[in-house]
Amino acid sequence: MADIEKQVVDGLVSARNWIDDRFPLTKNWNEHLAKYYAPKNFNFWYFFGSLALLVLVIQILTGIWLTMNYKPSAEEAFASVEYIMRDVSWGWWIRYMHSAGASAFFIVIYLHMFRALLYGSYKKPRELLWLTGMALYFILMAEAFFGYLLPWGQMSYWGAQVIISLFGALPIVGDELALWIRGDFVVSDVTLNRFFSFHVIAIPLLICGLVGVHILALHEVGSNNPDGVDIKKKKNAEGIPLDGIPFHPYYTVKDIVGVIVFLILFFAVVFFAPELGGYFLEHANFIPANPLQTPEHIAPLWFFTPFYAILRAVPDQLGGVIAMGASTMAFVFLPWLDRSPVKSIRYRGWNYRFALIAFITSFLVLGWLGLQAVTPLYTWMARFFTAVYFLFFLLMPFYTAIDNDKAVPDRVKD
Amino acid sequence: MRSYKQLCKLTFILLMTISASASAAGGAKLMHMEVDLSNQESLQRGAKTFVNYCLSCHAAAYMRYNRMGQDLGITEDVLKANFMFGTDKVGDTMTVAMTDADSLRFFGVSPPDLSVIARARGADWLYSYFKTFYVDKSRPFGVNNLTFKDVGMPHVLWELQGAQRLAHTESVDGEHHTPTYDDLEIISPGTQSEAEYDQTVQDLVNFMVYLGEPIKLKRGKIGVWVIMYLFVFLIVAYMLKKEYWRDVH
Repeated sequence: MADIEKQVVDGLVSARNWIDDRFPLTKNWNEHLAKYYAPKNFNFWYFFGSLALLVLVIQILTGIWLTMNYKPSAEEAFASVEYIMRDVSWGWWIRYMHSAGASAFFIVIYLHMFRALLYGSYKKPRELLWLTGMALYFILMAEAFFGYLLPWGQMSYWGAQVIISLFGALPIVGDELALWIRGDFVVSDVTLNRFFSFHVIAIPLLICGLVGVHILALHEVGSNNPDGVDIKKKKNAEGIPLDGIPFHPYYTVKDIVGVIVFLILFFAVVFFAPELGGYFLEHANFIPANPLQTPEHIAPLWFFTPFYAILRAVPDQLGGVIAMGASTMAFVFLPWLDRSPVKSIRYRGWNYRFALIAFITSFLVLGWLGLQAVTPLYTWMARFFTAVYFLFFLLMPFYTAIDNDKAVPDRVKD
Repeated sequence: MRSYKQLCKLTFILLMTISASASAAGGAKLMHMEVDLSNQESLQRGAKTFVNYCLSCHAAAYMRYNRMGQDLGITEDVLKANFMFGTDKVGDTMTVAMTDADSLRFFGVSPPDLSVIARARGADWLYSYFKTFYVDKSRPFGVNNLTFKDVGMPHVLWELQGAQRLAHTESVDGEHHTPTYDDLEIISPGTQSEAEYDQTVQDLVNFMVYLGEPIKLKRGKIGVWVIMYLFVFLIVAYMLKKEYWRDVH
């Protein structure tokens, strides 16, 4: 028995050596998993990187199967989605995973970004890591926007009409730009075809490439942690960080737990509440697109609503578009706006803590306002919270510079 | 080009001024009914009402007869004899013979496909809609609807429900009064009592909720097994994590 075992192991080892002579398999395995030393004190907020990767895989796999039966034509798109829902074996399951997956993607990414705000993960030396992450976020928004047109329901149609018309608000080039994006004077079959092309190949390719860059950038500088301590400063005789543990197996087994908890929540939505009360699949989108009939209430999907509320808060058309653009772009500048020498919120003073609470509150309230129909009260609320939103960024160089930060320990705490 | 610019502007204005106009019932609260997809007899009765009264003008073009038969426990013979009038192929979808051009001439609009209408409108809306037709001489078919104002559809369930009228169009002090569901009263009874008609409508709406998403009958049951499996997996994974992390200090 032991003989056979030995033969099998020897065979595997020689196979690995054969590959290693021709391809850096073991080298990469070690660099990114077995000998990638991550801080040992990751907490709840550190699950969302691996979960984002999981959702990406879910979206790509379900997307491939949806594409097998979906028809990107104005005549057939709506019917082909219902065909998937009814006549394709397990088609409903694949479709619900994809539609719930889109929302899950944004939930995970928002929590992932919030983690960076909590623990200063965007700060030196992780600026490029942050920038690639922001690029991914923008591209993900584009992916969601293109994908939402595909079911060709009323909300798909009019949501796209409204968002493209925002480009029309830009001076001089606006109208031509909007026309160029649509490929037609209104959203039409032409628009649907090109959005399909972007959604299933162009943007996913970009996302996958950038995810690779994002992970490479992370593994070059190393992971931050809830204490914001640089674990590379204290190493043992072999040059291994004292507070570091190999990503594999420690964080692979830990992330599996996170993955299962996520899947429990995810499949609870998929099987019991795929529409999630109209937030994940909007009711009006079960009416086929009708270019001649505007729905009485157009609201974007929930993950765009904070920015939509900012757009509506500004009375001027162009001003609103600029404010909306600025509200998404503001994150990009965080590494240079933040003047505090301290990364983690654990050792920051109350200036930043208070600013972050105000910012998160305004983000959530704006998100809620973006779902509501406009009333004078809501408009003024949106204006107030838009101001808070921007002040978080604009005043950051001042309140972080004079914050009463605490002393940061040398080593991470347990 | 000019009209195109105007369209852009129009879309934008629309976006900025989306009004608080609520549902077609003028903001009135909808009547509520409990959807019960586990009641197969109710679904069968609803299916019967649907094919007899709705399917002559409306299609449900994404739904196949045999799928309905399998899901609702109706044999193919019964299906052919009692549920299928336009075709004898059980694999066909529920289409209608009426062309769009004809329906436009008859009703002024083409009747929408009803496959997923329950997902767009919601069960309570449909329930309220079927119960709030009332006599209105100013309308082409002599009826209007409190839930869907100036609807193009005649009250096809009239023979069952009878005719209703709005009791109060003016309030006590003579000022204009927005009618509510409470103002409706039966003026000539139909073949069904009020309770029977209510049951007919509930069955019909039940069926239409099923029609909107046939898998709804099963997906919850599958989901229970999936979640149970994941919980078992979670225990194992958590124990594995605990074991590995014992030597991290």
